[in-house]
Amino acid sequence: MAEEVKLFKTWSTPFGLRVVWALKLKGIQYDAIDEDLSNKSALLLQYNPVYKKVPVLVHNGKPISESLVILEYIDETWKQNPILPEDPLEKARERFWAKFNDEKLLPSIWDAFTKEGKEREEAIATSLENLKFVEEELKGKIFFGGEKIGLADLVFGWLANLICVFEEVTGFKIIDERFPVLLAWMQEFLELPIIKDNLPPHDKLVIKYQALYEKYHPAK
Amino acid sequence: MAVEGEVKLLGFWVSPFVFRVEWALKIKGVKYKYIEEDIFNKSTLLQELNPVLKKVPVLVHDGKAIAESFVILEYVDETWKQNPLLPQDPYHRAVARFWAKFAEEKILEGAWNALCSQGEEKQKALQQTIEAMEKIEGELEGKQQFFGGENIGYLDIILGWISYYLPVWEEVGSMQIIDPVKFPAITAWINRFLKHPVIKDTLPPREKMLVYFHQRSKALGSTSHG
Repeated sequence: MAEEVKLFKTWSTPFGLRVVWALKLKGIQYDAIDEDLSNKSALLLQYNPVYKKVPVLVHNGKPISESLVILEYIDETWKQNPILPEDPLEKARERFWAKFNDEKLLPSIWDAFTKEGKEREEAIATSLENLKFVEEELKGKIFFGGEKIGLADLVFGWLANLICVFEEVTGFKIIDERFPVLLAWMQEFLELPIIKDNLPPHDKLVIKYQALYEKYHPAK
Repeated sequence: MAVEGEVKLLGFWVSPFVFRVEWALKIKGVKYKYIEEDIFNKSTLLQELNPVLKKVPVLVHDGKAIAESFVILEYVDETWKQNPLLPQDPYHRAVARFWAKFAEEKILEGAWNALCSQGEEKQKALQQTIEAMEKIEGELEGKQQFFGGENIGYLDIILGWISYYLPVWEEVGSMQIIDPVKFPAITAWINRFLKHPVIKDTLPPREKMLVYFHQRSKALGSTSHG
């Protein structure tokens, strides 16, 4: 039976990118549909009526939304190159850190990028606290998954390609020499063929986030 | 083959997140030791077991700590195979996980925000919560007894707080979210859920809950403005 896999995303979304990496890691053939979020396709709205967001994976006509849900679905459906370990405790650890990124780290860094004044100061302090926990978790390991990348690496992966963009746009270095283990991880991660061959263009990202930054920080 | 290792659960008497784990353990017949934690005066034990988030519930199995109720539930389901909570099929598992996340973000957070706010902010939170509830009502239509089918499953446990906490929050917050006319399927599900032998004997005391949430909503409401 012919298998049909489609991925609705945008060219830049880190949530879509983690799904791309998972599909590439497992060697799954798929059609990528890059959406314009200001003009969402009828198909996207049909496949994700609840959130109307990307990414959405459609496997043989069945849609799955929310990137972490998609990643678990991919791992359970295609067994080669697993992104979650067998052991339930190790699985729990990966899921905990994936959640930590999405619910704590990423929002705090996003706030540090978008907010002003006292709120920005607080967001930076929170981001640094969060980064310290991540640094601690990585100690003694090459990747979050150990010797090979796993779910947590794919989820934290946005740090490897987007943090430098934020730093370039804001002129503020958030992951500095206080985080040697994290910096080493970012380098190792970016050197993996499936990662470095599947990154949105850096220059285009800088333009996009520069424009966003100006929107959040209008010149007075 | 029996699963080895002592099971402990660090909890707080009124936390809906802790009850999720208790329901799951009891449904699977897993014996555990419950340790009460005062979350307003956190112990060194909690800080050791969950140094990152310092929150309950924390499950400790054979000396290893697992935090975050969603993560704990999946761990429990994978470790003790009897009375499975998640379906076998990957697509149905994805659907259950999707709705769990949706309900947590839109209904739980929405209802809590409505409880702790006033005026326009409260009305907005209420409206968003009700809209989200409509989607869950749609999900339940035509289902058997529970979201999990004949038996209570993962999504029933995640949403279980709606059956017991939400009516308390409605009373404390002088608001209505579950209108039985608007949500007949959810209303019927609530009654079935609360009658389940495991659930009905594993609930916090309602009178104490009313006092607690009245105090909390006032405390949080007064700090959220200004």
